Amino acid sequence: MSLEVNGRTVDWVENETVKQLLKRVKYTFPLVVVKINDKVVPRKDFSESIVPDNSKIAVIHMIGGG
Amino acid sequence: MTEGQVPVEEYKTGNTEHKWDLKKIKNAHKILAEYSYKKREIQKGYANHTLYVNLSTGEIKEKKVTEEMKKKFTGGRGFGLKLLWDSIKPTTHWNSEENELIITTGPLCGVTQYPGSGKSLCLTISPSTDIICDSNVGGYFGPYLKFAGFDALEIQGKAKEDVIIVVDGEKGKITIETAPKEETDSHLLAEQLTYMYASEDTDKSRQKISVVSAGKGAEHSYWGCLNFSFFDIRRKVPRLKQAGRGGLGTVLRDKKIKAIVAKVEEFDGVANNPADPKILTRIGTKLHKEIRDLDRHQCNMRTVGTVHLVEIMDEYDLLPTENYRFGSFPKASKIYSPKFYELFTQVIPDGCWHGCTMACAKAVDAFTVMTGPYKEQKVTVDGPEYETCGCGSNMSMWDPLWILEFNFYCDTYGLDTISTGTAIAFYMEMYEYGILNKERCNGLELCFGNADATLELMHRIAKGDKGEFIQVAGKGIRRVKDWLIKKGWGDSQLINDCGMESKGLEYSEYVTKESLAMQGGYGLTLKGPQHDEAWLIFMDMVNNAIPTFEDKAEALHYFPMWRTWFGLNGLCKLPWNDVEPANNAETDDPSKVPEHVQNYVEYQNAVTGWNVDKEELILQSERCYNWQRAMNVWLGRGRRKDDWIPYRSMGPVTELEYNSRKERYDKQLMEQLGLSEGEVEKMNTEEKIKLLYDYRQDRYQKLADAVYYRRGWTPNGVPTPQKMKQLGMDNPKMIKMLQQKINEDEKAGLNVWGGRYNKGKKPPSNDHKYWEKW
Repeated sequence: MSLEVNGRTVDWVENETVKQLLKRVKYTFPLVVVKINDKVVPRKDFSESIVPDNSKIAVIHMIGGG
Repeated sequence: MTEGQVPVEEYKTGNTEHKWDLKKIKNAHKILAEYSYKKREIQKGYANHTLYVNLSTGEIKEKKVTEEMKKKFTGGRGFGLKLLWDSIKPTTHWNSEENELIITTGPLCGVTQYPGSGKSLCLTISPSTDIICDSNVGGYFGPYLKFAGFDALEIQGKAKEDVIIVVDGEKGKITIETAPKEETDSHLLAEQLTYMYASEDTDKSRQKISVVSAGKGAEHSYWGCLNFSFFDIRRKVPRLKQAGRGGLGTVLRDKKIKAIVAKVEEFDGVANNPADPKILTRIGTKLHKEIRDLDRHQCNMRTVGTVHLVEIMDEYDLLPTENYRFGSFPKASKIYSPKFYELFTQVIPDGCWHGCTMACAKAVDAFTVMTGPYKEQKVTVDGPEYETCGCGSNMSMWDPLWILEFNFYCDTYGLDTISTGTAIAFYMEMYEYGILNKERCNGLELCFGNADATLELMHRIAKGDKGEFIQVAGKGIRRVKDWLIKKGWGDSQLINDCGMESKGLEYSEYVTKESLAMQGGYGLTLKGPQHDEAWLIFMDMVNNAIPTFEDKAEALHYFPMWRTWFGLNGLCKLPWNDVEPANNAETDDPSKVPEHVQNYVEYQNAVTGWNVDKEELILQSERCYNWQRAMNVWLGRGRRKDDWIPYRSMGPVTELEYNSRKERYDKQLMEQLGLSEGEVEKMNTEEKIKLLYDYRQDRYQKLADAVYYRRGWTPNGVPTPQKMKQLGMDNPKMIKMLQQKINEDEKAGLNVWGGRYNKGKKPPSNDHKYWEKW
């Protein structure tokens, strides 16, 4: 009953969308690429895509900085 | 006209108008030296000549740019390094007669089809660091210098009285003129000279002038920046962009240069005479469209510039507050970008060079100055940019109007906002601990959040106040640290741990405690802790994409090469990865923005007519990056000890800091150092800090080991002759010098790894002198 988000273990929540997960782990930066088990989730689908249990999530923050 | 744009005739800034007798001011000029040259066309991005001016002797001459020079140094910052190597000595200091101030362009500088193509690169021996400092800047001067006929301007020597240097590309003439009656502060001086040198009394004519200057603050501190002007034809105001870091403006004023003026004739979109204008137009048009369509959904730079970063940094605990003690603050939302959005004049395109759709150079018009010599005047304030807002939070200033005031005075006094803000934040922390007090600060109550005292300090620095503190304060953190320790006013370790400088240069505005790679991005650098080599915080700390020392070392190789490349070519970094194509997420390596990398390959080929690939672009940078490090070695620096960083950038120095993020640090003691929960509970905060201190110092040394190895350097950070030869940088004098330094290090026992390797951990190589096998 857990997820791996950017290499860190996070509790899995039933029926949680990508958008809700990002909010829960405080990834508020809007320009992110999300991959669930290496498959890209389009940004437009963040509100609908449900995060499956035991999945590996990569949240790549596209920020160049400075 | 594009959507929302104001017609040129209709907009009024509401600024205070100045009336000067420019004829009288100009009549006071005396021509000290002049030189006429044959005007010529740019060929495939190069003017093929550089301009040399010696203020001591009055000599003015042109130097030819050879094909060999292009091959090895590409242009821009690379040309600057070559010219410095040919002109200075290992004993040259910032105020030596032979030190040079160099302004360069780059083969892509001046292009109007591709966004962000108007950057100049400036180099000198820095008063802050006593090594080479390079700083990039927008504005029109770089492109105009090239259109006037020169890839670089090299100034040596010192004048006896205040002078201006005029590069008149209209007449093909260079002059050195005395300038006794002009103002010194930049917002006035740029206006005077723009109006004085314009050929006609029209805005179009004024747009063909660009002025480089530094104000009174640059005369009396080591924080002097260079202000590069561009005449904003809608505002009818010469606006200012800054080459901020490392005291370039201090060097300008030490040479008694009041200003440098460049003037051009008509120019157009193909003034660079690119080899293939069609390809240039194709890739440029595509990027313009991408920025126009996507920026508003991404970083929103076109609307608020770089201040969009304030809220992001605050939310991710990276916004420096109270001298980097914390990364977020409850009051920070007062300086989030919407607050500045309300202040920025929104209806005017804000590019600092023609054709830049990113247009991030925001400005506030008719800002009423609140203090100092320009009190109650209404002025245009350029910015603030993110870094300047970060200075506000670092000093615990949460009023956007105060940040504008700070920004205005830094610019017009010619003070680098970053060094000024970071240094004052340090003085404030020392004040809080009683190491400084009102008496020691020459009457200033320099505590966190004291807005009036901060501005008063800046005004007194600009006036040349002789107070002991004021004098040393303007020389920056390193000198103040030495001064405090010499006076015996505080614990030397606390002072050294809290003073956020490395190599003598103040840190820019990011908290790096939780990103080892970014600690390297600040420390394992050529000029000092500026974020323009590598900005890896998110990739490291948040994305967790570079977990091992080797991964971080690879990133600290790759990303600085890109940033260096922009400096070799005269480009702005922002269009690279602050906007991304719609399908970037689907690429193999989105963080590198592959489509934009391909653009740069095609861009350089389209202008120069070369046939390079992306590997060659990295090699261009690697040549110059290693050359600059080698020059630092030649100047007696550029070793592991010089890459030292203060502990505040690695972890919590004080109990207040530790306890503010206790859960995080306690967890790290368990997960990273292997302590049990019971063991952590039994320890007091001082003991926990000590454990983390040793652990993080060792990790930084291990990172340095991995980075030096990846870069092809010795364990003491010296570029090896083998690496230099591989890169084709085989100048015999340089190779001989490097070998001598490596031999000296060997004798002194310095060619050893810095990390502690036990429990089966290995250093990057077990071969002593591994480089000799390459």
